[in-house]
Amino acid sequence: MKRILGILVLFILVYIATAVMAANEGAEFLSGFTQENLLRRVAPIGILGIGVAFVIITGGIDLSLGSMVCLIGVGVAWLLTDVGWPIWLTLSMALLVSAAIGLFHGTLITKLNLPPFVVTLCGLLMYRGITRGFTQDQTAGFGTEFTGLRQLSKGEIPVPFVEGFQMPVPFVLMLVVAVIAAIFLNKTVAGRHLMALGNNEEAARLSGVRTTALTILAYVICSVLAGFAGLLHILEVGLEQPATAGNFFELFAIAAAVLGGCSLRGGTGTIAGVVIGTALIQLLRQMITIVFPRQQSMEYLMIGAVLLVGVIADELVRRAVAKRRAARIG
Amino acid sequence: MSGNESPLLEVRGIGKQFPGVRALHDVGFHLNGGEVLALLGENGAGKSTLMKILAGVQPPDSGEILLEGEAVRIDSVQDAMERGIALIHQELNLATNLSIGANIFLGREPRKFGLIDEATINAEARRFLDLVGLKIDPREVVGNLTIGRQQMVEIAKALSIDARILIMDEPTSSLSSKETESLFAVIKDLRKRGVSIIYISHRLGEVKELADRVTVLRDGENAGDLERHEIEHDRMVSLMVGRDLSQFYPHEPHAAGDMALEVRDLRSPAHPKHAVSFQLRAGEIVGLAGLVGAGRTELIETIFGVTHSAGGEVRVAGQKVDIRSPRDAIQAGLALAPEDRKQQGLVLEMAVRENLSLASLSRDQRHGFLNLKKESEISEEMIGKMRVKTPTDRQVVRYLSGGNQQKVVLGKWLAMKPRVLLLDEPTRGIDVGAKQEIYALMEELARDGVAILFVSSEMEEVLGMSDRTLVMHEGRLTGELQRSELSEEAVMRLATGGAKAAAA
Repeated sequence: MKRILGILVLFILVYIATAVMAANEGAEFLSGFTQENLLRRVAPIGILGIGVAFVIITGGIDLSLGSMVCLIGVGVAWLLTDVGWPIWLTLSMALLVSAAIGLFHGTLITKLNLPPFVVTLCGLLMYRGITRGFTQDQTAGFGTEFTGLRQLSKGEIPVPFVEGFQMPVPFVLMLVVAVIAAIFLNKTVAGRHLMALGNNEEAARLSGVRTTALTILAYVICSVLAGFAGLLHILEVGLEQPATAGNFFELFAIAAAVLGGCSLRGGTGTIAGVVIGTALIQLLRQMITIVFPRQQSMEYLMIGAVLLVGVIADELVRRAVAKRRAARIG
Repeated sequence: MSGNESPLLEVRGIGKQFPGVRALHDVGFHLNGGEVLALLGENGAGKSTLMKILAGVQPPDSGEILLEGEAVRIDSVQDAMERGIALIHQELNLATNLSIGANIFLGREPRKFGLIDEATINAEARRFLDLVGLKIDPREVVGNLTIGRQQMVEIAKALSIDARILIMDEPTSSLSSKETESLFAVIKDLRKRGVSIIYISHRLGEVKELADRVTVLRDGENAGDLERHEIEHDRMVSLMVGRDLSQFYPHEPHAAGDMALEVRDLRSPAHPKHAVSFQLRAGEIVGLAGLVGAGRTELIETIFGVTHSAGGEVRVAGQKVDIRSPRDAIQAGLALAPEDRKQQGLVLEMAVRENLSLASLSRDQRHGFLNLKKESEISEEMIGKMRVKTPTDRQVVRYLSGGNQQKVVLGKWLAMKPRVLLLDEPTRGIDVGAKQEIYALMEELARDGVAILFVSSEMEEVLGMSDRTLVMHEGRLTGELQRSELSEEAVMRLATGGAKAAAA
């Protein structure tokens, strides 16, 4: 709880500020519709963030997430509509490809000792390239079909006793992913081992931790969740262009994980932190849209600045704590 | 003027406090011109802190430093260098990608038209290399030199700033015996030229050979001084330890039990040409001695599966085991407390509890989930048994002292109830009190039937703790000494590649 307190406070402050500013501008923010929208937009980035958190905890990184969203998202739409595969086969294929890509990344990183940055950078280029290849750069989309499947992203669940607000299905799916991820990380032997190897791989290995297998597993989890996020994304927007689908998603996800307390040095991070980090980023984007509609171009500046301030504050707090602790123990 | 009577350097009443620790208290010593002063003390006695103060790395809290009778303040490394004091660290401080000349003049490169004047650098560098007896091209890249030669470059660098006082912190710890010899020749030559040297070493044989005087620190205070004619092994040790050696090492002979570990023709990847064989019985404490680089760490890392063996077999309790990873080794009943505690032994940012349970989590799991109850039991038991000093078991291990960190490493393995315990330099860098506790623990484990193999570069420890001693030299096992045959001379003879003396 202590570790996510900072980000939680920051989120609440930005939330209140947005509400106040929106009220002043006469813009709509606290309405059910806007809140639903916010939650819906948190889901795909949140799932990506949770996935990349596993990789960041091992001390790695995954830059290919945006292209994974493109490959799986556009790929699913293309297979269903242009190729005409049945849903079950398409989804199985999506899962298989996602897992295989994670396995590919993890194996190159652990067995060949290649830097994660480079491996996944190549992935970033390749998966988008593949998608543009098989679609011949044509937009893929559902048109008016597949409304049933699209309920995964478009659907809403009524909340008892609340009027004018319904819980978006993708947000619920993200929460389920988050809970499972948190349990894995905090309550299982594998999760503990993952934390240990992120802090000190050599010491973990000498204590009998299967460091290679666990690192590969982290990349598989990351890619599978990226595929899932890609699926939810395409189901929500309905059609996408291979050249732009998922652009920058990896950076939002990594930013969310870092805001949520994952250190790029590895070994730290909480799932709750990542979720709140994602919510903060999407809140900032929404704030700009609603409150400063004419300054849309400032979006990246805002997100970048908040991230930087967060990281600086975190580092300063960490140093102060370390100093106090050292003084106490001696 | 009384300049002639005051020593070159005098230090009085130096005190230094770190948060919660008194590193130095009222420490003083003096150093004459053209003298080699050996500074002795156990790890943690305060030698390094004192030397860092002299070299301007840290300021003292109290006390004064006099150079030729005049009180001076040394506020920075730059300051110290300008006053002619140079510290040569145990880990060398060279840019290994640059040439010798570039290293010697790093930060004060002679310039010509604003560009670096290579010709002057090389000519000057050659002059200083001559002084330390190095006949190599100053344009050679430092990374291509042996450690011994790199050290000479460091000394040449110190001479190039006109150092009158050279502080050497364990300069021979990673040198071969030949390199050590040439270092000694250079030190003796420098002394003749009037350079004073403060020599820090654990190797009492070296001190005996080199030192004009000895100053001993213990627990941050002066423990005593020895003049040239008083420098003897036992006197140095008793000043350092502060008590009789026989009391310090709790050793009692153990009845060796069943075969615990058998190593047959094992080849480590570092020395694939040399097959090593030995046996270890339950309840035995066996020392593995040798010079740094003799292949001891490589041998036990190969046994433990950290590195893949290049051939040979390992048997545990009579069963042949195929060890391909530390995990396999652990399952076979082996445990290893590695040499580099912080890099290999501990997850520094995790809590004491999490470190203590790290090896046993898999064993105690419940369908993949952590067994938190078992974890706290283990944590509580081991903190008590090992007497780990920590406020709570949630304390992050980084903030514990070296001795307590080592106890956490050992506790982690005791939770696995190993049959064979491999210890690599188990007491390196920890204070005297914690050392004794670790020795007592080794005794206790041996009594309980654990077979212990420990690597140690501290002769005292090998002599004090082993039932039997194996000695290595350049990857080979050169001999085995029973306790009755054990002496510093016998170990050194084998460690330098000599044969075991014929039994008298």
